[in-house]
Amino acid sequence: MAYINGIGIVSPQLTVESKGFPTEVMEYTADYLKCIEPAYRNYIDPIQSRRMSRLIKMGIAAAKISMADAGCTMPDAIITGTGLGSVEDTEKILSDITKDEKFLNPTPFIQSTYNTISSQVAIQLKCHNYNSTYVHRTFSFESGLIDSLMQMEEHTASQILVGAIDEMTMNHLQITRRIGQWKMEPVNNLRLLENMTPGALAGEGAAFFVLGKEKNGSAYANLKDVKTCINIKGSFNPNKEISTFLGNNGLDARDIDLLILGNNGDCENDPIYAQFADHYFPGKALAWYKHLCGEYHTATGFGLYAAACILKNRVYPEILHLNKVQPKKFENILIYNHFRNTNHAFLLVQGF
Amino acid sequence: MSKRVYITGIGIVCAIGNDVPETLLSLLAARSGIGKITLFDTIHKDVLPLAEVKMSTSRLLQELEHTGAKYLTRTALLGMKAAGEAVRSAGFRKTDGYKTGLISATTVGGMDRSEDFYAGFLENPAGGRLIDIINHDCGDSTERIADFLGIKDFVTTISTACSSSVNAIMLGSNLIKTGQLDRVVVGGSDSVTKFTLNGFNTLMILDKTGCHPFDENRAGLTLGEGAAYLVLESEACVMAGHKKVLGEVSGYGNANDAFHQTASSPDGTGAFLAMSKALKMSGLDSAEIDYINVHGTGTQNNDLSEGIAMERLFGEHVPPFSSTKGFTGHTLGAAGAVEAVISILSIEHGVIFPNLNFTTPMKELRIRPVSALNLGHAQIPHEIRHVLSNSFGFGGNNSSIIFSKCEAKSIEQ
Repeated sequence: MAYINGIGIVSPQLTVESKGFPTEVMEYTADYLKCIEPAYRNYIDPIQSRRMSRLIKMGIAAAKISMADAGCTMPDAIITGTGLGSVEDTEKILSDITKDEKFLNPTPFIQSTYNTISSQVAIQLKCHNYNSTYVHRTFSFESGLIDSLMQMEEHTASQILVGAIDEMTMNHLQITRRIGQWKMEPVNNLRLLENMTPGALAGEGAAFFVLGKEKNGSAYANLKDVKTCINIKGSFNPNKEISTFLGNNGLDARDIDLLILGNNGDCENDPIYAQFADHYFPGKALAWYKHLCGEYHTATGFGLYAAACILKNRVYPEILHLNKVQPKKFENILIYNHFRNTNHAFLLVQGF
Repeated sequence: MSKRVYITGIGIVCAIGNDVPETLLSLLAARSGIGKITLFDTIHKDVLPLAEVKMSTSRLLQELEHTGAKYLTRTALLGMKAAGEAVRSAGFRKTDGYKTGLISATTVGGMDRSEDFYAGFLENPAGGRLIDIINHDCGDSTERIADFLGIKDFVTTISTACSSSVNAIMLGSNLIKTGQLDRVVVGGSDSVTKFTLNGFNTLMILDKTGCHPFDENRAGLTLGEGAAYLVLESEACVMAGHKKVLGEVSGYGNANDAFHQTASSPDGTGAFLAMSKALKMSGLDSAEIDYINVHGTGTQNNDLSEGIAMERLFGEHVPPFSSTKGFTGHTLGAAGAVEAVISILSIEHGVIFPNLNFTTPMKELRIRPVSALNLGHAQIPHEIRHVLSNSFGFGGNNSSIIFSKCEAKSIEQ
């Protein structure tokens, strides 16, 4: 377990400006939900940021916001998760080498390396401590959290900066649309569930958290446990996994006050969430968040932010309601996410 | 909970061998795997050397006979081949009830096929075969390997540039120590691609004549490809299976140089810290390290920074060391695991494999690498008990790990 002592979120919502979960909701009719970028000069030396690509700037800004929020100046570890790293830089090189292999610019190659954000944050902080990057689809951020919790347990770190970063570009949207991942037309994010069609609404974001062994004065919640389950040839048994996961934490399904689901508007994916909720958590309050940030490999970063804000403020914002049930208490929130029924993940977050 | 982490299996495919026995033979024969580019078309074809695996992608496909294999990337195929060998050598059954995971590292993932896709896509947004892009991301190769091995209790992928697979071994060891897994296949896979070749070329750190690690006249690194995996098991697992143990993971450290995105600090801070942390965890005295398999890429910057860090840490008594990248090339995300396998072979056979292409000591350093095959002489111990292996990457991601010989009786205690 670890306390969430600080949070920094760059997202398609007004999350940088807001103290706590934003009260004003951004409505879009768009191909994908794009981040509202902060004024980078507040976080990065303009001379340095000039050469940085967008994802790197968003990541560093979110990291710095979370550290200021937690009052943390030097973490014992920096861990990031990203499904695709800097897509913009990767595309730049792919397109350059297709045309000509001469006169290439080194900057996109350097920035395309998946660990660029965790190392850039280390360079800026002069932080020589543990540093790692996970790059496994929708397990990327969760793996970083598992590593963090293990380091807390092993007493090798007492303050960890952990982040979730992914971006979307028009080229990448075009390609992944052809694969069938996204809706083919622009959609209204607040009406995402009104017309259930194939494909999700794509998004992006940078979410950083300062986790602590001790809680600070402004702590949000307690990240109790995280579990990832791969479904290979039907190996995922939700009944067994959820009861073991809750059981290991001294809980059962009745103790969960609110279930935060990863619904993304894809008529092929969302029924899995409904079945899961009906089956194991009947009658419970259900929330969702991907209409606010879109779907991407590390979107649970936004989900964890929502859970932490709910537990800290003991307020359940209406924009997150997926059903009409109100949580009876603000003690235990379970976040459940899955990616194409292959990567399933649970996060247990507790109030205090 | 397991205090100790044992190595019960190893597997490798790299420029000097398609498996462990072939790799060992090349190491003993001081035979380099560096040669001409044959796998893809590039203007660098006759200019820059590469250390390619001597198996075409179609031969890998044939050998693995995996259903749906035509969709697979070279990174996934190399990974399946090496991880399959590691699992066979450890000899465990998938169904024995022990919680088993896979942690794989890569820096390019499915880039070899993304390049093909992009050429078509740039001509026409509806162009490019989708089959060439669906396996682009790093997690794909790991899931293919997991599927191939039947591993499903824990799966993840790490990418910290050239230190990636040491971090995979570290995470796997931690998962065993905390009791979350009983057994874990750890390592990495990276194929050579036009993407990485051109990327490194823009940094002007590729040696046209093949790398000369720790040589005064070194002129850069040589890219390689390959995959290597170790099977790590807990004490309980090893005892129940009466396993032959190849060694143990006795210490590791991860530190960040926090200096520059691509350059190492002049005083080798990150390297020094990573090695110090590994030594501290192992509880070994620095004099007990019998051999260091250095990162030794052959770039001006790395070798100087790493050399200074070794002199800082070990003082007048720097252990015998060599870079084996003259054999395998720099296999990037796989390098830490490739060198872990070589380190274990060093322990198993009591041999220090030579640092190829070395002639002139670096003027800034007092130390020089072991440059001829050494089967033990006055300065070098006959028995290799503890090997320190370094892997340092872009972004200052530095990791060091110590592998130790394991006596049968010490396992029973």
